[in-house]
Amino acid sequence: MRLLEYQAKSLFKEYSIPVPQNYVANTFDEVKKAAIYLGFPLVLKAQLQVGGRGKAGVIKACKSPEELKPLYDELTSKVVQGERVKTLLVEQFAEHTNELYLSIYLNRSKRCYSVIASAEGGIEIENVGNKVIIDVGIDGPTPKDLENIASKLRLNNSSASSLVDFGSRLVRLVVEKEAELAEINPIAVTKDGALLALDAKVIIDDNALFRHEELKVYEDTTTLEAEAKRSGFSLVELDGNIAVVGNGAGLVMSTLDILSDHGGKPACFLDVGGRATTESVVTALTLISKMPKVKAILVNLFGGIVRTSVVAQAIIDAYKSNIISVPVFARISGAESDRAKELLNGSPARMFPSVEDAIASAVKSVT
Amino acid sequence: MFDIFDILQGKEGNKDYKKKPVIVQGITGKFGTLHTKLMIQYGTNVAAGVTPGKGGQMFDGIPVYDSVSEAVKSTGAKISVLFVPAPFFLNAAKEAMNSGILLLIAIPEHVPVRDSLKCLEIAKAKNAMIIGPNTPGVIVPTVIKLGIMPAEPFQPGNVAVFSRSGTLMYEVSHILSTSGFGQRIALGIGGDPINCTTLIECFDMVRDRADVNAVVVVGEIGGDAEEQLAEYIISTDFSKPVVAYIAGRSAPKEKRMGHAGAIIYGSFGSAESKVSMFAKANVPVAKRPAEVSLLLAQKLKKAI
Repeated sequence: MRLLEYQAKSLFKEYSIPVPQNYVANTFDEVKKAAIYLGFPLVLKAQLQVGGRGKAGVIKACKSPEELKPLYDELTSKVVQGERVKTLLVEQFAEHTNELYLSIYLNRSKRCYSVIASAEGGIEIENVGNKVIIDVGIDGPTPKDLENIASKLRLNNSSASSLVDFGSRLVRLVVEKEAELAEINPIAVTKDGALLALDAKVIIDDNALFRHEELKVYEDTTTLEAEAKRSGFSLVELDGNIAVVGNGAGLVMSTLDILSDHGGKPACFLDVGGRATTESVVTALTLISKMPKVKAILVNLFGGIVRTSVVAQAIIDAYKSNIISVPVFARISGAESDRAKELLNGSPARMFPSVEDAIASAVKSVT
Repeated sequence: MFDIFDILQGKEGNKDYKKKPVIVQGITGKFGTLHTKLMIQYGTNVAAGVTPGKGGQMFDGIPVYDSVSEAVKSTGAKISVLFVPAPFFLNAAKEAMNSGILLLIAIPEHVPVRDSLKCLEIAKAKNAMIIGPNTPGVIVPTVIKLGIMPAEPFQPGNVAVFSRSGTLMYEVSHILSTSGFGQRIALGIGGDPINCTTLIECFDMVRDRADVNAVVVVGEIGGDAEEQLAEYIISTDFSKPVVAYIAGRSAPKEKRMGHAGAIIYGSFGSAESKVSMFAKANVPVAKRPAEVSLLLAQKLKKAI
């Protein structure tokens, strides 16, 4: 679960990691109120899940009250990578002399945590030559590790000790909240050597959320994707018109690839998982029916543990109760596929011997 | 690290060849029950089950114990298949390794990464091996089936299949089987960001085996396991023919595609990066699962 900047910063406050004073605003009135409290100059920052906000022009400095309304209008009219700007963070502009970069992340290939730090902040870390990378144990970097980093970054005494303190708090957050990533870019260094997190990116391990009731407030529960998760599916909404359903994440990904090769546009990735029942698959089809763009449903099943007849019955039930009306193109193989084919015979669902054939017909039907 | 084939089947001529005792943790749960029955049907020697609080009961003629240590003591098992729900995984895995289990098949998905990391530390200390979590398991066709894979797609032969995805492991093995390429072993490393057994470790298991003449890798987007494997193939001069399939070429960035591990950040973990590294290692990558057996036939210069 990727936290929005303001959510991550509220966690930072919990761990006494310094951030500039700020307010969350959803309306212009709230922006105005925040500006009165904070004074000028201030920064207006769109709250988005997607990265690259600076380049997208949705972080704006605001020097005077006159600029507030035009900047607000500009920001809230923007859509970045399909994501509409709804919420703004109004933040005090923090005077600083230089900027740092710091991240702690789960290193998949080395199977440990790693830390990246740089004395150049506000940049794309991939393109920086001058950075320190260290691998640490599962309890994150120790104060000693952080001292080493500070010395490699050639920080002066006061900012070096600030970094150790600041970093230790961040480590505690990462370990206690089970983050896969905590990245601060940039960290402001003030003229007296204090550090301040100007940005905050935190990704929490979704699988650990059962231990973190307190983080559930950050979940965006209104989307179809979250609804699917509650029903035990994995759903990713995409922007095409053919809904793709299958069993197993790999098989569904593979089906999306072949669909794209055929010039088709997937509307979603939907993995019914390994424990599908007729009822749960009907629920999955109900979710699909809520996507207005869907013109066809492509089903790719390789039955093993999932009995394909269960899915076939669900398709029939969904047609009968008018949950779906668009055509279904299906490739069904493996366990109970003969029974599945028998069930679907005479229904509006069409069966194909190979996934390529099913895809070719589905693509043809929507064009 | 021990020889996994020795653990799985014993050495040819051994008295317990093909009869290695296995315990099932979570045997009385719904999922555990179903798959224990299927494993037994396949011929796997499930010698005991473990469910805390249900010790003394019988399951299909198999004794159930309260703890792994009791089950290990009475059966001598070195293998455990673990079915407990993710929140209980860490403790169950610890208990298994502390009781002498050397090969742990970790079926549960949605295991927190910190729990996997902790298990890995214990496994290193105990010289044990964990397959998974979020794995379909491991199968040596006609010898032993440990996990939740259906039996039908797998036929005995000389190909090793290592996969990050369960269903694609079945699908690709099925395609191989129908083209005459049976499998010596098929093993799912799991769809998580942390695989307790890596692709490279899998390759190490088969690199010197005369009964494995080719390897098929089923990879997917996310992480750099395939890139690292390609480097390993190049730098260690892995001599057996290898072909691959990578799922997720069309997946958007920063979206988790079902598996916890299947996510691209920036350009990190993209299909292009994996395919281009495999190209350097002379590993052809199939565009779709059905193509895997064609590429393998070309590699082995065999008609199918």
